[in-house]
Amino acid sequence: MTKLARDLLFPLIAVIAAFIVGAILILVVGDNPIDAYRLLLGSALSWPDGIGYTLFHATPLIFTGLAVLVGFRCGLFNIGAEGQLYIAAFATAWVGIKFANLTPWLLIPFCSLAAILIGAFWGAIPGVLKAKFGSHEVINTIMLNFIALALVSYFTQYHYKVPGDPILQTSPIGQGAHIPHLGKFIPGFPERIPLNVAFILALLCCLLVYLFLWRTKWGYEIRATGSNPFAAEYGGISIRKQIILAMAVSGALAGMVGINEVLGHRHLYYDGFSDNYGYTGIAVALLGRNHPVGVILAALLFAALQHGGIYVDGFSQNVTKDIVQVLQGVIILFVAAEAFFKWLLRRRTSSERLRA
Amino acid sequence: MLELRQITKRFGDVLANDHVDIVVKPGTIHAIVGENGAGKSTAMRIAYGFYTADSGEIVVDGKVREIKSPHDAIALGIGMVHQHFMLVETMTVAENIVLGAEPGTNLALDLKSAAAQIRQLSEEFKLAVNPNEPIEHLSVGQQQRVELLKALYRHARLLILDEPTAVLTPLEVEEFFVILRRMREQGKTVIIITHKLSEVLAISDEVTVMRDGKVVGRVQTKDTNAAELARLMVGREVLLRVEKSDPKVGKAQLEVKNLSVTDRLGAKRVNEVSFDVCSGEIVGIAGVEGNGQTELIEALAGLVEPARITGVMNFEGHDLKMLGARNRRELGIAHIPEDRHRRGLLLDFTLAENSILGVHYRPPIAALAGEVFIDENAVQRRAAEIIQNFDVRPPNAALPARALSGGNQQKLIIGREYRVDPKLLLVSQPTRGVDIGAIEFIHRQLVGLRDNGCAILLVSAELEEVTSLSDRLLIIHDGRIAGEVDPKVATLEEIGLLMTRGH
Repeated sequence: MTKLARDLLFPLIAVIAAFIVGAILILVVGDNPIDAYRLLLGSALSWPDGIGYTLFHATPLIFTGLAVLVGFRCGLFNIGAEGQLYIAAFATAWVGIKFANLTPWLLIPFCSLAAILIGAFWGAIPGVLKAKFGSHEVINTIMLNFIALALVSYFTQYHYKVPGDPILQTSPIGQGAHIPHLGKFIPGFPERIPLNVAFILALLCCLLVYLFLWRTKWGYEIRATGSNPFAAEYGGISIRKQIILAMAVSGALAGMVGINEVLGHRHLYYDGFSDNYGYTGIAVALLGRNHPVGVILAALLFAALQHGGIYVDGFSQNVTKDIVQVLQGVIILFVAAEAFFKWLLRRRTSSERLRA
Repeated sequence: MLELRQITKRFGDVLANDHVDIVVKPGTIHAIVGENGAGKSTAMRIAYGFYTADSGEIVVDGKVREIKSPHDAIALGIGMVHQHFMLVETMTVAENIVLGAEPGTNLALDLKSAAAQIRQLSEEFKLAVNPNEPIEHLSVGQQQRVELLKALYRHARLLILDEPTAVLTPLEVEEFFVILRRMREQGKTVIIITHKLSEVLAISDEVTVMRDGKVVGRVQTKDTNAAELARLMVGREVLLRVEKSDPKVGKAQLEVKNLSVTDRLGAKRVNEVSFDVCSGEIVGIAGVEGNGQTELIEALAGLVEPARITGVMNFEGHDLKMLGARNRRELGIAHIPEDRHRRGLLLDFTLAENSILGVHYRPPIAALAGEVFIDENAVQRRAAEIIQNFDVRPPNAALPARALSGGNQQKLIIGREYRVDPKLLLVSQPTRGVDIGAIEFIHRQLVGLRDNGCAILLVSAELEEVTSLSDRLLIIHDGRIAGEVDPKVATLEEIGLLMTRGH
């Protein structure tokens, strides 16, 4: 089996297995699985709304999937994408509000830079803590998630809310910070669909992450550290630097969710906007086998499920959109059980050998 | 006692055993030798019932027997001790030994009588093992004796030992051989799988030599010698003794003065060590493993935090203590580490990616866009060059390093370090787990490097290797230099005493 075939096989098994388990559950609650799946996937793939919203939902998942991927490749488990994207989104909005009168040519780059830099900063904190004191990044990123959420809620509530607004959200950002919806450029694709330029940016980031990790000396050092820190050290690579660098890059990628959310979609900071993008990013990276192309595919799958789930909720008798949670959960379970599949596969081939 | 007749075993495309005939006489120590992958372990695993042969038969005590599982083998009085021990660390010796053959009724475990029986066996063979000691308190040599007891407890009359000395120190090997001889006196039969020729000659009565899955020689040990065995194993003449001319010693490259290294717990592992290494010479460090060699080399290579080091390390006038591993490499210090899996290789990376470790960040490798992007062509050229010059097999730069045999992994590392044209080479255990043919090659490369003016500091647990390669030999004991000898005139006894007693 070639490496590519193997890389495709295990995620595919996981997805198929998840759908089988899902089908059994749908049968148990008394619906027809084929109808439910047709509804689920049909609505996610319809033109233009289904596809448009699927791509829109995929955008943050591509960013967070890439963020988790970069961490994984350095041997780090960044569970903090959620906090990184919140604090970065708030920073994006803050710049958009403070400098509302700037021309778009300046304001859009400033806002985007705020998202990237604040995300990188928030990601680098657990990196520095690990590099300097050896404290575990999983604990610290989880802690920083709580801190980030609390911080941005506080600032939204007490400093940046429009007085009297019952919703926990900031005042709007300046017009000059809006980035266009893709409907503006694609004939026949309605502009009301929030799919925006940030999606193109996400795809570009996949390419950049690929080039960074596999074509530059920095990427080589990050991957070497993740593969075997002792050998990396032997090769003259500073492991501490790689840990900080990888966490910063990871945070920057997670932070770019703010560009999609604030500049491309709501044009303000809305507290609690993330639909667990940071955590789903872990599943996206795992299912995508920690490769940028895999991340795109996995993000599209999860986004399609997310969007289709709404229709299942509305038009199906007994099945609710919880089925999407089940499918995601089972996919993650099966991806995590890859070692088990590998073992099965080895056993089969070795018993074939014995018979041969 | 045991006879394998025309045993054939195929794994996929590989013919692991090709009509193998092995005859082991009762009451003898029989050595099976061959390079890695020659099929010696496969043949013995068939005898022990781990694998079933595709064709051929096994004869035990004159009768053709079917051995389908280790269970059948044990019932016939065959025991096997694996290279990696199968012991439960937290359980006692007695508990480990009875595991799988628990005495007493189904409900009650009669450990007391088992312990008594084990004590008796231990005394009979002078193994000096206390049945009530937990495994984790035992040394590697003692653990091996527990494995032997395990087989004896199950009434094994024939013991198959797979590379038993690989994990032992020279002293432990001696003790181990005494035990084997005693077992032979008591009427046991022993099969020992190995690739160390000196041990074959020291312990065995008869030798079967295997190569590429076939038996290529059967000799009485007293009628043969190392050169003949090596020729049979490799299939061509092999130089066992390193051929080298007198060294052309230049100026001192590395100067070490009163160097001490402490470990993370604060214990001194290297204690006030002083020596020089000049260009054009190989300085060897002999010693029982764990006497500070690892820490010494790692300290010189820049892999120990400066806070744990005191003393002076100077290289061509540079104070090494102030420099990190990368800076030291830039000065021309290369390092072949003792543990190639832990230090030397990125096992999941391709051979090409491994071939640039240490130089990956500078031209000609990182040469594009302001030395940021890695030039894939330069990487491939470098990898191809190393693979060709150092005969790395299979010669496919796209394979992960994990896919190579130990010897080929080692050749890749040596090729990589050789390629930087070092002024000082730090090298530890260069031929551990490497085939005889490759050992000869590696030795020639090291001598060639020396003749080109490189200063080489060599650490090896193989006394033969370190004495034959070195121009000067330091003996390390308990972190101190116990003495310096001229390897051309010093006897092994003299060196052995310094190694173990320290004076």
